[in-house]
Amino acid sequence: MSTVTAPASGASVVTGGATVEFRSLRRRFGATTALDGLDLTVRPGELLALLGPSGCGKTTALRILAGFETHDSGEVLVDGEDITRIPAHKRDAGMVFQSYSLFPHLTALDNVAFGMRMRGTSKTERRNRAQELLELVGLPQRAGHYPHQMSGGQQQRVALARALALKPRVLLLDEPLSALDAKVRLSLREEIRRLQQELGITTLFVTHDQEEALSMADRVAVLRAGRLEQCSTPSELYARPATAFVAEFVGTMSRIPGERSGDGVEVLGRRHEVDGELPADGALDVLVRPENVGLVPTANGRALVVSASFLGSVTRLTVRLADGTEIKSDLPTEAAAALPVGSTAEVTLPERPVLVDRRVATA
Amino acid sequence: MASLISKIRFGRGLVLLVCGVYFAVPMAASVIFSIDDSKGGTTFRAYTDLLNAPGFMDSLTLSLELAGVTVAVLLLLLVPALLAARLGAPKLRPVIEVICSLPLVVPVVALTTGIVGVLRWGPDYLSDTPLFQTIVAIQDPSFPIVLVIAYVLMALPFAYRALDAGLRGVDVVTLVEAARNCGAGWARAVFTVVLPNLRSALLNAAVLTVALVLGEFTTASILGFAPFSVWISSNGKSDGQMSVAVSILSLLIVWVVLLLMSAVGRGRKSARS
Ligand SMILES: Nc1ncnc2c1ncn2[C@@H]1O[C@H](COP(=O)(O)OP(=O)(O)OP(=O)(O)O)[C@@H](O)[C@H]1O
Ligand SMILES: [Mg+2]
Repeated sequence: MSTVTAPASGASVVTGGATVEFRSLRRRFGATTALDGLDLTVRPGELLALLGPSGCGKTTALRILAGFETHDSGEVLVDGEDITRIPAHKRDAGMVFQSYSLFPHLTALDNVAFGMRMRGTSKTERRNRAQELLELVGLPQRAGHYPHQMSGGQQQRVALARALALKPRVLLLDEPLSALDAKVRLSLREEIRRLQQELGITTLFVTHDQEEALSMADRVAVLRAGRLEQCSTPSELYARPATAFVAEFVGTMSRIPGERSGDGVEVLGRRHEVDGELPADGALDVLVRPENVGLVPTANGRALVVSASFLGSVTRLTVRLADGTEIKSDLPTEAAAALPVGSTAEVTLPERPVLVDRRVATA
Repeated sequence: MASLISKIRFGRGLVLLVCGVYFAVPMAASVIFSIDDSKGGTTFRAYTDLLNAPGFMDSLTLSLELAGVTVAVLLLLLVPALLAARLGAPKLRPVIEVICSLPLVVPVVALTTGIVGVLRWGPDYLSDTPLFQTIVAIQDPSFPIVLVIAYVLMALPFAYRALDAGLRGVDVVTLVEAARNCGAGWARAVFTVVLPNLRSALLNAAVLTVALVLGEFTTASILGFAPFSVWISSNGKSDGQMSVAVSILSLLIVWVVLLLMSAVGRGRKSARS
């Protein structure tokens, strides 16, 4: 787990791009409901990440927007216009696919120029523009190479150039980095972000990697079972998750059983104030992030250190309470040295927990 | 390590040598026999006699025409069907596979007997209907369509396998979507992206079909038509030398046709790259 960095500025300079709106979008495949009333607006020029567990409908939403899939009900609007009846090849949306999708029989240059060829652009013009686009994605010297002569990262760069070639109103990226190794993924991630900001193009980026979403996007939309769970800036999402699902899906959370205490909650013998409403009834869990949990080495303390994993400047310790609850705590690596596995400690919690949720039965 | 590699090389060489001898010795012996003038010299009399024999060119042309039409009909049937199944109805794929493999379980003789039966029975019952004319037309000896029908059936399993193998190597769905995303309609996506990537599969299907049609004897002979294979068997029997020359000639012709086909297929590819 590496650190999560919010983009340099909350919102990038918006230079143009289209507005995309999904309204109560529904799509069923036989017995499975892929989209169950999705409501989401993508603002002009922003990079919005669609984040969610496998099968939550991310790809389906993107494919409906691209025209490869139909919806059962609801609306998809681009700049206020319903695009349902527009066929895929006239949608004006550039797409980068998860699997390598370059045309194997064409060179990188011809792949990028393909869309312009379909539009009837003259040969010299499309060659020039394709060459420019290859420079834009950092591959000018690969123009004459065939897809099978390029690495995965290079192929996805060419696919990105191909998607941008027709100056689309919307850029759609369906897990474009998931087939690449970690290092290439990181550099390409930054490059996509840089390009997207330069061009000011409205971009939907599908991923199930929360770190990717948080580090690249202006806003992140978390989906769950075909519905929008929360859509906000990465920092907001991390600090103030709207639901326990978001809290636990984005970043790491520990659940600690608590007791109702007026409009607050009592945990580990201390009362804590709570932001917002408490769940109406039932037993409560308190959710805290590891970086907000402190551990004080104490002989015969209530928490037993059961594991430690070194993450660089911090070390993540897992402690277990007498009732079996496990709590994760990130400590500076030097401080963690005082708490070897098997030692005991006292746990200190933040003044306000991130979230209070109805208790879930632990296995 | 080095000795292991050299052992493998040696083993390979040995296998190659044995196979080579197995094929080359009889061929070489046949060639020598066919051009031996029994006085220690060489003569090409057997070959020139063959080439000048009546019906040689006619039967060869008929065979090539049959092969060409069979390939065209097969590909026009199979390619759209297989693409449609991949793109629109993946569940139909096993059904298509079974249907295309059915001819494998029907012996050629059985198929031919069936055809003979229909052709005999047809005229008696259909004499008052337009179908009567059809039955007559498909048996025109100058171009027996009935043979094309039979050959399409016989070649179906092989052409299907070749095309299916090619389709497995390309992600048709993604390629078509990518093409449509780049502004190509359905038809253009298929013609500009899918078919060029199936070139070698199409070629393989065509080569297998042509080889089958040029070599097919049973059906043509039983139905009484005279394509090259039938002509060869009836004209090569006059003397020993001639009959050997005939088999060598037919081998050569089939090879040349197949080599030409693959040269054309490859040539276009390298010209573009
Ligand atoms: N063409 C289809 N036929 C049948 N079911 C489908 C089809 N496409 C998607 N589904 C189902 O719809 C649900 C949502 O699929 P979708 O591909 O949108 O998920 P996803 O969020 O992209 O997941 P992943 O992260 O695994 O890519 C899944 O349960 C999936 O099995
Ligand atoms: Mg997906």
